[in-house]
Amino acid sequence: MALLQISEPGQSAAPHQHRYAAGIDLGTTNSLVASVRNGIADTLADTDGLHLLPSVVHYGDAAILVGQAAQQMQSSDPLNTLSSIKRLMGRGTEDVSRLGEVLPYDFVADVDSNVPRIQTRGGNLSAIEVSAEILKTLALLAEQTLGGELSGVVITVPAYFDDAQRQATRDAAKLARLNVYRLLNEPTAAAVAYGLEQNNDGVIAVYDLGGGTFDISILRLNKGVFEVLATGGDSSLGGDDMDTAIGEWIISQASFKDIDAQLSRQILMAARAAKESLTSLEKAEITIQQGDQHWRGGIDRAQLDELIQPLVKKSLMPCRRVLRDANISKQDIDEVVLVGGATRMALVRRMVGEFFQRSPMCDLDPDRVVAIGAAIQADVLAGNKPDSEMLLLDVLPLSLGIETMGGLSEKIIPRNTPIPVAKAQEFTTFKDGQTSMSIHVVQGERELISDCRSLARFELRGFPPKNAGATRIRVTYQVDADGLMSVRAEETTSGIAADIVVKPSYGLTDGEIETMLRESMDHAQDDVAARMLKEQQVEAKRVIEAIDAALIYDGDDLLSKTEISKIRQVRDQLEQDIEVACADRLKKLIKSMEQVSETYVARRMNTSVKAALAGKQIDEVKL
Amino acid sequence: MAIELTQVAAERVQDFLDNRGKGIGLRLGVKTTGCSGLAYVIEFVDELQTDDSVFESRGIKVVVDPKSLVFLDGTEVDFAREGLNEGFQFKNPNAKDECGCGESFTI
Repeated sequence: MALLQISEPGQSAAPHQHRYAAGIDLGTTNSLVASVRNGIADTLADTDGLHLLPSVVHYGDAAILVGQAAQQMQSSDPLNTLSSIKRLMGRGTEDVSRLGEVLPYDFVADVDSNVPRIQTRGGNLSAIEVSAEILKTLALLAEQTLGGELSGVVITVPAYFDDAQRQATRDAAKLARLNVYRLLNEPTAAAVAYGLEQNNDGVIAVYDLGGGTFDISILRLNKGVFEVLATGGDSSLGGDDMDTAIGEWIISQASFKDIDAQLSRQILMAARAAKESLTSLEKAEITIQQGDQHWRGGIDRAQLDELIQPLVKKSLMPCRRVLRDANISKQDIDEVVLVGGATRMALVRRMVGEFFQRSPMCDLDPDRVVAIGAAIQADVLAGNKPDSEMLLLDVLPLSLGIETMGGLSEKIIPRNTPIPVAKAQEFTTFKDGQTSMSIHVVQGERELISDCRSLARFELRGFPPKNAGATRIRVTYQVDADGLMSVRAEETTSGIAADIVVKPSYGLTDGEIETMLRESMDHAQDDVAARMLKEQQVEAKRVIEAIDAALIYDGDDLLSKTEISKIRQVRDQLEQDIEVACADRLKKLIKSMEQVSETYVARRMNTSVKAALAGKQIDEVKL
Repeated sequence: MAIELTQVAAERVQDFLDNRGKGIGLRLGVKTTGCSGLAYVIEFVDELQTDDSVFESRGIKVVVDPKSLVFLDGTEVDFAREGLNEGFQFKNPNAKDECGCGESFTI
């Protein structure tokens, strides 16, 4: 006998046509799945009544374990038990050396794809494959609970995730055979869960202190439409760091002779347990026992606060920065939403409340709020709520630009532009007879290409040769709602086009994004100077090229010897100074180059007009 | 003519209505579709249609359109749990045959 759910008026599905949709919060420490049933969005519990699935996968001899069962293997079989795998999503092998300290696994480089793989009993695994196992487990739970196959899911990702990391998340879903309606930014999901999209306007800060990462996002709600004004955070700050701080305190209290991987894991787990029980209790007992090494002690709320206070303080710095980025003051913020298990701690709530000068929203379980928002969005996308006009806009974390002559970045889509977005700009050729153009797509705020990150490079070939500057190449940048990018270059007269979908082989880390942003501010002055110099150098080269071509063509016919030598003198001076002079001097030289060749240009013009008019009646010439 | 909710079903409907924040009751009905003829409809009600019959069962307004009522008279709606899944079940004395899944039926 079928178990039926109440539908919205007029939305009853035909039998076997239910559109079951789920929202998935694929977290660093824990993952959750939620769905809307009978008009209520909530996370789904497994047979033990647990909503949180630890993001841990154990590769055993016989089976793959996910969640709680895998977590239990962490102490005894650490190398085949993978946790915090989200940190590796979309990362390249070179990132691993730095992360290696955090993730104690045996990495092997994959020569073909630049994807780091972890050596386990289950083979050499990429983060995508491991994440797919977590997704499969969540999807199975959802299908068992909902009583049917999922038609699609919404998976949340940090607002900071770049194209590579988003693509990796999509790939993991594909591997788990899930249809992804879309990826949704975590802060946006949290705001949706609180129904904040129903207020018409307002500015919302989402403070997300998760297991391994801290994210702060400023959202603006404008006529019921979400827009992410700015995002920031710290890629290595979270509940894990608090566990480490407590763990270090335990080590300082106890006198262990030798701490191996197994013991240090046990200490960390004890630290986490103590931290969690101190949310509701004033004092927690800690017992560590391994072989002949053991320690027993207690920790109280005050001691805990003292240990974690520096970490919470550290989270407030990015908060200040995003406010500045979004160009708003604390007073402009209407709501503060807390996300992430670590925001259960009284100290975090107090300090965040003090910082933003208002009490944060924490009615919903901070662990579940993101999944709930994703479920609401999934329900809308599945078509179960067709009258909903919920529109979610996110922004680009970094500007997208194109390389122009002289190694400069011309920004096509500035950072913080709401996505989806498409923008086009026209470019032209630099040399006479040019028939191909190299398109170099870069991401970053700096003026010089060498300071930005290269995303892709492709060539547009075979357009008809024309004089320098006569060809028009239209370059279109498009970023879809998931933050995935495609670039198209088209020569406007011939219609010859080339395009590319940007799937970079590895992504930027959050830290790198932050560093790039900070550098762009620190180097603003130098960058402008560098840009001006480069621009003058490019202009000087263009002028020299043009005058050389002209002199060869008709210099001897139109100019006297003295005139030619005068022009040559300035030209040679300019060429000599290109690499050494400052921008101002180059500008002056270019100017005098123009002056000295003024009469020449005028004569050339006359000649070509004469040539064009030769043998024609006056009424044949269209003016 | 009557349609009843069990106590559990009535409580759940009330929970769902409260949570939804609007709606005046529960609409039950049948549509002519499905693998064996007719399928059940269960929806929130925001406004009544002119021909609707309204029953009161354990504090819940049960709304049925006249065409459906013929097929649903005497039905009891229960709320049941099967493993992880849970939902509403129709115990309909008029149904002679159900498809394997129980989502549609014939009379």
